[in-house]
Amino acid sequence: MTTTIANSAAAASARSASRPVRPARILLYGALSLGLLATLAPFAWMFLGSVKPTGEIVANPSVWLPRSPTLGNFEQLLSKQNFALYFFNSTLVAVTCVAGNLLFSSMAGYAFAKLEFAGKRLLFGLVLTMLIIPGVTTFVPLFVLVSNLGLSNSYLGLILPFLVAPLGVFLMRQFIQDIPDSLVEAARLDGAGETRIFVGVIVPLCRPPLATLSILIFLAQWNNFLWPLVIAQTEDHYTLPVALALFSVGANGTNYGLLLAGAVTVVTPIVLLFLALQKQFIQGIANTGLK
Amino acid sequence: MTALATVRSAPSPSTRPERSRPPRSRGRARRTLIAWVFCGPFIALFATFGVWPVLSSLSMSVTDITARDIRTPFSVNFVGLGHYTALFGDPNFLRAALNTAYFVVVGIPLTMIVALTLAVVGIHGPDWLNDPNWAMPALILMAVWRHFGIPMVIFLAGLQSIPADLLEAARVDGATRWQAFRSITLPLLRPTTLVVAVLLSIGYLQFFEEPFVMTSGGPLGSTTSISYYAYEQFGFGNYGTASAASYVLVAAIALLSFLQFRIFRAKA
Repeated sequence: MTTTIANSAAAASARSASRPVRPARILLYGALSLGLLATLAPFAWMFLGSVKPTGEIVANPSVWLPRSPTLGNFEQLLSKQNFALYFFNSTLVAVTCVAGNLLFSSMAGYAFAKLEFAGKRLLFGLVLTMLIIPGVTTFVPLFVLVSNLGLSNSYLGLILPFLVAPLGVFLMRQFIQDIPDSLVEAARLDGAGETRIFVGVIVPLCRPPLATLSILIFLAQWNNFLWPLVIAQTEDHYTLPVALALFSVGANGTNYGLLLAGAVTVVTPIVLLFLALQKQFIQGIANTGLK
Repeated sequence: MTALATVRSAPSPSTRPERSRPPRSRGRARRTLIAWVFCGPFIALFATFGVWPVLSSLSMSVTDITARDIRTPFSVNFVGLGHYTALFGDPNFLRAALNTAYFVVVGIPLTMIVALTLAVVGIHGPDWLNDPNWAMPALILMAVWRHFGIPMVIFLAGLQSIPADLLEAARVDGATRWQAFRSITLPLLRPTTLVVAVLLSIGYLQFFEEPFVMTSGGPLGSTTSISYYAYEQFGFGNYGTASAASYVLVAAIALLSFLQFRIFRAKA
């Protein structure tokens, strides 16, 4: 996000380089800088706090720069707990869910956008309806279902309920609908089957919405807290947010150092993912009728 | 819901009328089969983990089911709309509904203009989270900070789709930047604004994580939202009440989305 702002700001200043600086412009940049500061300050506090001893973190009035910087929090995070396993669990769940959503949503999206079949309208109406059902509505019935299937405390129980999302199908369908019918028809005339058309024509054109979907699903799963909290009952199935919440809040109050070091570790992969995909992400939103 | 469905697809410029019919008979049956194969994995998972829980929570909301009935779900009694009427007589629920409205009405505009005033760092404010009057504003600020990113990206995408020569033409005609913004950018940005408003209201009506993490709905119930109320009722084992509360939320979301589409379309 920061880079985006920086990019457009850079473009803006390039365009106006020849014009004299006006007070309005100074005001604008001032306001934008304040906004940027407000956005980044909590992150800065998190990063700085992760290298402070606990005493400095909770100090009042608060201290910004660490007086005696330490990597103790990270050492504690990596040594005392089975951190690599939680990281692996989180990654496994998030990556599998992304893969499932990309594959199944684009397949269903293609059918909804380009194929005619009985029950299409009804089914798509159902998908749209499900878009507005809040998670709290289905939480308990879903838990009962997954337990009855014998999937609690298993990877399948963590993954299966999130392997498809109505939002994914909606996004893909909107995008694929914009692909000209003539392309599909031409491929059909050349004798390509629907599978060939899907793999050879549709998927290569769908990179922007697939990138958007990857980010949205990865984020949702990486941050998912309540579901893994109730499904993962033993330590070996904990994801990062669950492990962090359970271990940093001990009998002696919250261990803020550990929590901040953990938060830094949780946030970093997401920031990297977004920076890598941000161009496609914005293009995806611009092209899927979400605009 | 149908209204939502129709308008949802409206912003996409490509929604075509009828397409040409495919060849009849065997070809048609084959196509249907192929289409269902493409949809198959999605439908199977969606039906199991999406539609089924919704149906079972809907049925819970009209029975007297509690945590004790989970193993024997057929021994419960039908209570009709009893939970729904009880909810509107429960001061705690009304408080939660009011809190949710407060959060939505203040939070959405604030998110959309992005809280620049938030930059006032290090002020000696009140004891935010422990004061019933200040706990909600504190959570709103936090939510604004947490959520303005995605709307900003959507706005950015919308801005990029406005043709540059339109603004250029306005400049040539002597319009100031403010005039160009008011009469070109803003009207062309209306579909984007609509999407942002709808997405935010769907998200904000479900306001849950902030009170869950920061205040547990307190102090004195001042930050309990409908979602949090439903979550608490689930925790107490009152599955019927909890389901009913969450469907009140669904109704509110559907109504607000519908109203926003009506208002924005009327102006367009």
